[in-house]
Amino acid sequence: MPGFDFSNYNRNAALHARGVPLPKATSTGTTIVGCIFEGGVVIAADTRATSGPIVADKNCEKLHYISPNIWCAGAGTAADTEFTTALISSQLELHSLSTGRKPRVVTCMTMLKQHLFRYQGHIGAYLVVAGVDPTGTHLFTVHAHGSTDKLPYVTMGSGSLAAMSVFETQWKPQLTQDEAVALCSEAIQSGIFNDLGSGSNVDVAIITDKKTTLKRNYIKPNERVPKLKSYIFKRGTTAVLNEKIIRKEDLGNFVSVHELAVEETGDKMEVDA
Amino acid sequence: MAMFSQNPLMNGPNYSFSDAPKTSAPEGSREHRFDPYTDNGGSTLAIAGADFAIMAGDTRLTSGYSINSRHHPKVFKIGGTTADQHDATIVLSVVGFAADGEALKERLDSICKMYRYRHGKPMSVKACAQRLSTILYQKRFFPYYAYAILGGLDEAGKGAVYSYDPVGSYEREQCRAGGAAASLIMPFLDNQVNFKNQYVPGSGEGHALQERERRPLSRNEVEILVKDAFDGAVERHIEVGDGLQMMVITSNGVEEILLPLKKD
Repeated sequence: MPGFDFSNYNRNAALHARGVPLPKATSTGTTIVGCIFEGGVVIAADTRATSGPIVADKNCEKLHYISPNIWCAGAGTAADTEFTTALISSQLELHSLSTGRKPRVVTCMTMLKQHLFRYQGHIGAYLVVAGVDPTGTHLFTVHAHGSTDKLPYVTMGSGSLAAMSVFETQWKPQLTQDEAVALCSEAIQSGIFNDLGSGSNVDVAIITDKKTTLKRNYIKPNERVPKLKSYIFKRGTTAVLNEKIIRKEDLGNFVSVHELAVEETGDKMEVDA
Repeated sequence: MAMFSQNPLMNGPNYSFSDAPKTSAPEGSREHRFDPYTDNGGSTLAIAGADFAIMAGDTRLTSGYSINSRHHPKVFKIGGTTADQHDATIVLSVVGFAADGEALKERLDSICKMYRYRHGKPMSVKACAQRLSTILYQKRFFPYYAYAILGGLDEAGKGAVYSYDPVGSYEREQCRAGGAAASLIMPFLDNQVNFKNQYVPGSGEGHALQERERRPLSRNEVEILVKDAFDGAVERHIEVGDGLQMMVITSNGVEEILLPLKKD
């Protein structure tokens, strides 16, 4: 059966009724932006992942691959952005294989919104979808409940207001590629420094009709401060309470390895070289 | 709707990440709320040395995901003769709700000043520490939402650090971390100041190992520990950053040091 497994639903509902709260998912309090320029589109993201007030990952990737010419920036629940983009990426690849055409950004956006709407916002994926296809350059936002927007410049995540303030003061029509990249990274940095949910580095993806360029850690404005002192302990500082050594020759007592004869059948699975 | 869900509780609001479903209140009743506290984040740290004490705190003031200020001190000189506290000998750090911290500082300061006026001598750290506990407990049922640490030199000239909970329970300690990143900094302090979990290599087997002997840290060593502790906390806690304020209390008075921290 494809899709989600609901077999724990009744048990969880009963537990919940008795006051057991739901486990907390890693939420990427995030700044993500996108901006169209003459001949393509730029998307950018910060690289901080948080769980409550704790930084879970200082350099995570929030720019997700959909197809060579379509990329997605994700905010919200980390697992949901990861899996939703991977799922749609897979479906879009099969779709383009069966139609023999390049995938379109509207197709991707429609599939994402229909998937998210079906789950009524329970899949916490907030996405910026960007790409170039035979019909032109496109930039969308998709919210977890399924609503979408089509705009020349967009921001999402907890740092969206900080980032949007940069766009609203500096954006102009007909930007060049370099101007768009500079504007997007400036917007992300505004999120990094003014929103506690965002931090660390700036990732940028530039999509044109010719090619896509992913600039991982395009700007690193928050390098770690080196420690003033070495914290290496003298060997033997930690107490060893008991010790057991298993020699390689005795490994057979703990693990058994059986060689299985490989059956030679007619149809072998196709494997990449 | 409810008849399809198989769950009697599902006809109300659905799952929430923050709390369990509310049992419905009787018809016509209204819930009134009063939320007088805000958590303004940040962290503090205090270490007592042989003839000095260091009090430190970051200078970021937050609410939710916002930074309200990048320079809002939480370490204060207390009980000087004038408003600029140039001759103060006691230092108070407060973290938690900034407004309560500020109010607590003002109260303790004026009490120290009144003591000096009445007795013609400055308050000892020991007396000030006891008085602070009393102030906190007086508001037992509407507490100052503040984790206070008091630092100075005791009657013998040794470094003294007193730490408090919001309702006045206190203790004199060698070192203490408070606030948002306390749980990140305190284990580091246990290990590096009191040498916890450190044994003398080759001094025995298993439980018979000899613990590494404690030795008083120099002022320079402590300053390095404080800076490294905060640099570490800044990396992993979103509410800590911007600036590090340090107060070094010696027999020559209180020296203030300001250092930059990461701003993301």
